[in-house]
Amino acid sequence: MKVPEGLYYSKEHEWVRVVDGRAFIGITDYAQESLGEIVFVELPEVGSMLDAGDVLGVVESVKAASDVYAPIAGKVVEVNEALADDPALLNNDPYENWLAVLEITDDSMLEDLMDASGYEAFCAEEE
Amino acid sequence: MKKTPLYEKHLGLNAKMIGFGGWLLPVEYTGIIEEHRQVRSAAGLFDVSHMGEVIIRGKDAGAFLQELLTNDLSKAADGKVVYSPMCYENGGVVDDLLVYKFSDDYYLIVTNAANTEKDFEWIREHLTGDTEAVNVSDSWAQIAIQGPSAESILQEAADYPLKDIRFFTFVPEVNVCGVPAMVSRTGYTGEDGFEIYLPREKATVVWDGLLEPGRGMGLVPAGLGARDTLRLEAALPLYGHELSPDITPLEAGLGIFVKLNKDSFIGKEALLRQHDRGLERKLAGFEMTGRGIPRNGYDIMDGDNRIGFVTSGSYSPSLGQNIGLAMADIRYSEPGTEFDVIIRNRPVRARTVELPFYRKKYRK
Repeated sequence: MKVPEGLYYSKEHEWVRVVDGRAFIGITDYAQESLGEIVFVELPEVGSMLDAGDVLGVVESVKAASDVYAPIAGKVVEVNEALADDPALLNNDPYENWLAVLEITDDSMLEDLMDASGYEAFCAEEE
Repeated sequence: MKKTPLYEKHLGLNAKMIGFGGWLLPVEYTGIIEEHRQVRSAAGLFDVSHMGEVIIRGKDAGAFLQELLTNDLSKAADGKVVYSPMCYENGGVVDDLLVYKFSDDYYLIVTNAANTEKDFEWIREHLTGDTEAVNVSDSWAQIAIQGPSAESILQEAADYPLKDIRFFTFVPEVNVCGVPAMVSRTGYTGEDGFEIYLPREKATVVWDGLLEPGRGMGLVPAGLGARDTLRLEAALPLYGHELSPDITPLEAGLGIFVKLNKDSFIGKEALLRQHDRGLERKLAGFEMTGRGIPRNGYDIMDGDNRIGFVTSGSYSPSLGQNIGLAMADIRYSEPGTEFDVIIRNRPVRARTVELPFYRKKYRK
């Protein structure tokens, strides 16, 4: 299981990469592995305001639909439309293929998230 | 949660395990889509040991089953497998079963895992004449081998000419990997294939004995996930989805397995009434024309009118499309009719299509 350094991680298995005040949001390797082959992705509307914990999108495997939550609050400024056409990108490289970009409204929310080693320990407990 | 005798084998194959009908079973090994395609193009090996088996025997066994089941067993020869719903008095479904006829006074019925206890109780409450019911589920394992290469792979390990086992017939004792087993040409995938019934303690011998040599001929282990997408494409009903105490077999499109001209059977009056009055709703197959995957329980609507609900839905690996089955108002069951599936509070367009989604390649 890959857990790159330098990202923030949530207990719901999302990752956050912060670049110039913007947060790229995706799902972790652990998440894509436990979901199995992803065949459908639903993305948020650009411009929508999300609180931490709001549903940001939905990923569906053959068997089931799973919500993806916003790990932090922010305004959706971009979504990754490529996923709509090729949802399997999330299986192939979950850290390269982000779902949405949020404009961060409150930096301090990042402190509630885990770093790579914290998240690895969290996943080990989940097993 | 119960474990099948192949539980350790699944762990060794790195399967993802899930609970299903009170059993811990493999949902996938390498991936549902991959396993699904492999069954359609070559063959898959399924552990279906969770299925229940009940022996019905005695001089009046045949007459009892005629009363218990909606289908007609009277013309079935020894060695024949018959599919039948088993109904409540109100026409709702207790379970859908396979009946293996050994002789006029000896039958084996195969039940859905989650229903085995309920079925057994129902059967015992209704036993008539010189008839006995024995639940042998705990001592039997079941392995299914399905796909166009199933026959040639199984033949390598079986001492009986499998080409002589016709569709929906069985042979009570075939040596498979040296293990005496009952073998039928049946399945739940829409492909040619066999179901192998054997003593629980011999399950690993047959599993390994088929899988290892079979791999060279394209055989892969396949989980419940692929089993579900395969049966959905073939439009085979799943109890708890297309069939339930609240859905009659006529509504589920299983009218050919309901013989209303039989003298008597449990549920006949209710089903005859429904038949004569005409169906108000019926199982319909549909494909999504808008973006979204239909799932069990989603409402289907025409504008503001609720016209039914989704019973099963999935991405279809064979068609590359999102498909589903719905219990729909009869006026929407005609192919080409359009309606909305409500997915996360939003209407998404869908269109009724002919069933099955995927045409079977059974060898008769």
